[in-house]
Amino acid sequence: MAQPLERQQAKPHLAEEWVGKVYTLLCIAFLILTIFSLVYFVASKGLSTFFVNGVNVIDLLTGLKWAPEGEPRLFGALPFIFGSFSTSLLAAAIAAPLGFCASVFMVEIAPKFGRQYLQPVIELLAGIPSVVYGFVGLSVIVPFFRDVFPGQGVGIAAGSVVLSIMILPTITTIATDALAALPKGLKEGSYALGATRWQTIYRIVLPTTLPALMTGIVLGIARAFGEALAVQMVIGNAPHIPRSLFESASTLTSAITLSMGNTAMGTVANNALWSLALILMLMTFVFVFIVRWLERRSKI
Amino acid sequence: MPAFYNMNCQEKNKELEGELYEMKKTVMMLMVLALTVVLAACGQNNNNGGASSAPASSAPASESAASESPAAELSGSLLATGSSALLPLVEQASKKFMDIHKGVSIQVQAGGSGTGLTQVSEGQSDIGNSDVFAEEKLDAAKAAELVDHQVAVVGMAAVVNPNVSVDSLTKQQLVDIFTGKVTNWKDLGGEDQKIQIINRPSSSGTRATFETYALGQKSEDLQGSIQEDSSGTVRKLVGETPGAIGYLALSYLDESIKVLKYDGVEATVENVANGTYPVWAYEHMYTKGEPSELAKAFLDFMLTDEIQNNDVVELGYIPANKMEIKRDVNGTITK
Amino acid sequence: MSAKTANKIATSVIVAVSGLIVLVLAGLLGYILVRGLGHLSFDFLTSAPETIRRGGGIGPQLFNSVFLLFLTMIITIPLGLGAGIYMSEYAPANKVTNGIRLIVEVLSSVPSIIVGLFGLLVLVNLFGFGFSLFAGALALTVFNLPLMVRITEQGLRSVPREQKEASLALGLSKWKTITSVMLPISMPVILTGTILAAGRVFGEAAALLFTAGMSSPRLDFTDWNPFSPFSPLNPFRPAETLAVHIWKINSEGLAPDAKEIAAGASAVLVITVLAFNFSARWLGRYLYRKFTAIK
Repeated sequence: MAQPLERQQAKPHLAEEWVGKVYTLLCIAFLILTIFSLVYFVASKGLSTFFVNGVNVIDLLTGLKWAPEGEPRLFGALPFIFGSFSTSLLAAAIAAPLGFCASVFMVEIAPKFGRQYLQPVIELLAGIPSVVYGFVGLSVIVPFFRDVFPGQGVGIAAGSVVLSIMILPTITTIATDALAALPKGLKEGSYALGATRWQTIYRIVLPTTLPALMTGIVLGIARAFGEALAVQMVIGNAPHIPRSLFESASTLTSAITLSMGNTAMGTVANNALWSLALILMLMTFVFVFIVRWLERRSKI
Repeated sequence: MPAFYNMNCQEKNKELEGELYEMKKTVMMLMVLALTVVLAACGQNNNNGGASSAPASSAPASESAASESPAAELSGSLLATGSSALLPLVEQASKKFMDIHKGVSIQVQAGGSGTGLTQVSEGQSDIGNSDVFAEEKLDAAKAAELVDHQVAVVGMAAVVNPNVSVDSLTKQQLVDIFTGKVTNWKDLGGEDQKIQIINRPSSSGTRATFETYALGQKSEDLQGSIQEDSSGTVRKLVGETPGAIGYLALSYLDESIKVLKYDGVEATVENVANGTYPVWAYEHMYTKGEPSELAKAFLDFMLTDEIQNNDVVELGYIPANKMEIKRDVNGTITK
Repeated sequence: MSAKTANKIATSVIVAVSGLIVLVLAGLLGYILVRGLGHLSFDFLTSAPETIRRGGGIGPQLFNSVFLLFLTMIITIPLGLGAGIYMSEYAPANKVTNGIRLIVEVLSSVPSIIVGLFGLLVLVNLFGFGFSLFAGALALTVFNLPLMVRITEQGLRSVPREQKEASLALGLSKWKTITSVMLPISMPVILTGTILAAGRVFGEAAALLFTAGMSSPRLDFTDWNPFSPFSPLNPFRPAETLAVHIWKINSEGLAPDAKEIAAGASAVLVITVLAFNFSARWLGRYLYRKFTAIK
């Protein structure tokens, strides 16, 4: 009974399968093509600063003075690298404990209430566009810092605060998933031994989910590292390493946004900005690799 | 037909498949239709020499048929990109021009003087709007290909936070501030207040103008200075930060900030026109080589009294024909 | 300190922090809406922006945002679905697949400003599309695609294995199983994810600054011919979206009411994103109930 039916339906089946395979393969090919061309074009533009214009790589990475239009032309990008790292790390330092508290609340303390109210709140925070964050930062946070703390109001502190709110949803979502995936037996065993809830969280849950939490934190850092518009409005943009948290500073993204439109393509000033973009892209790769390494560790 | 829950397994499957199949068909058809429209639009646009690709070649083609009455029957499209300082003026003028010539479409975009010069030099736009001479941004060879049309003059003034008590600064005092030699207003006759510099980025044309004509030298990016690329943000920060100093085009001045005199000369249109106030720059609209007929018509339109005496003044610029002196790229002044 | 006291303190800290987060969001939303809602009106939502005069609106920008979203989704959904189907159904479990997964992860982490720069270099300059809706849509596709792939994969994986096996056992080809059985079942998950992704795309600005441009030509809304340069449907015209407009008004606003316009536009943007979020959740729940016949 199966044999003749199969042969009857073989032709349209094969055509369908063929359609399916080709279509999905084409989509994947497009995806692969996209990422490779992205990397190729950004890299070729970024590397031209070194190969065509003769700027020294080490000078770019470690130099302290950035003056591509000055005399002499200087291309020290260290202030930007420093700014990017400090704002991202500080933002993660602020957002990680906040996110952890929120996820513990949602999973352990008040699951029903948490899912109904806190979860949408977190999703909404993720949905607010970055221009709005920058705008609110400039109108609210910068004047507040200027009045309360000694300094200019702008700077790494303002940038980190804005970024921390922006990456909070990322960290919280991943932490919540990690906490919810814990086998119940682990917690129940702890409770059965007479531990309080906080003791369970502190001694059992936290260490076990640490790799997953770290993944969330690293992803948050990566997002903060790549954020451009919101940071550029509140960071001050002086191409120097600041001497305090409330002094004008710069990040890789803010430097690019600030000057890209003012420079002509092909000139060394423009190429230098592409080199900054290349550094940004390479750091993204590093973050992805770190996340993968962490994920592998948590799988044991 | 029995109710769904009364059917047996095979019938249910068939029923579901049928329904889903119908739904899928409609969705697929809609998507294919939409895709076709988009693709057709692409194809047609490429054939018509779309808005942005090869506009220079399409504009003369559509005008050669209408060259009898040059003023009346212009058609085609123009793309002007570049300086955001020049954008309001060109946009407003383009709207008036399009009202007169219904078949013309002019698109004006910002992107910065650098972008504008690059795009007109590479042929991606018809007109490049720039706050600076092309020679200052492009290589000499590329700049030599461009033809300059100076449509307006923009004056610039140093501005301070309203609670700063100083009214006028000399050239040397400005230089001292922007090179970091003087850091407190009390050294200049004001109160004991730290000077907060709000600068433009080093690649900005506005800054280049300010440095060349107000300071006479390049200024450094000092530690602790704030840089913003947009005039609006500069104005906001100067207005809010105690002790702040920055510089803005005259069109951005308002009550939230205080305007300083330069060497005792007030920043007014008359003073710029007669040459006593030196901090100003031409607004350029560059074309690659001589402009096409449509571009020429538009550029001529920019220089008519209608635009010069109305929009230019309204937007805070100074009409090019009101200037009593001329200045070239090297700064040499002629009457 | 006894364990009980520590527990109490810890619990109150956690609850306080969670309350703080809710307060922050409430404050943020309140700030934007209070400042902006007062300025909203039908006139504001439909008229063109004024450069230096009062009374400008956001009509063309709102239309551009919606139209750009539509264009992006037309391109992204088929591509994302296809790639997601490949990753979850056709891809063999080998090193190449791992490599592709790595590529998807990398693409999803690339900062949006780099996507915008890439768009500037390749789409605007190299291919000569200029600042246009088309360039913007393609740039946003690059930005949105990894998300779509992940959503599709998630959705397909949520289909119970028995459904898939039953369909295959009945003799349907693999492709037919995917399209007729698995996709409809995973539709709630995919649809919810797509709407959330659409919300993200709607608010995106960094990738569009250099691709769709910062200006919008004079649009004739009665001209529906997509080939005409005045038509709002022409995908090759520059198209400033709402998010980019907010950026521009805040930076270079010359009009005397620039602050109010920026506030109003921000309010509109936030309300739209909220609407996307809520409708995604509601739609997901509704479809799930319908498709699984829960009365």
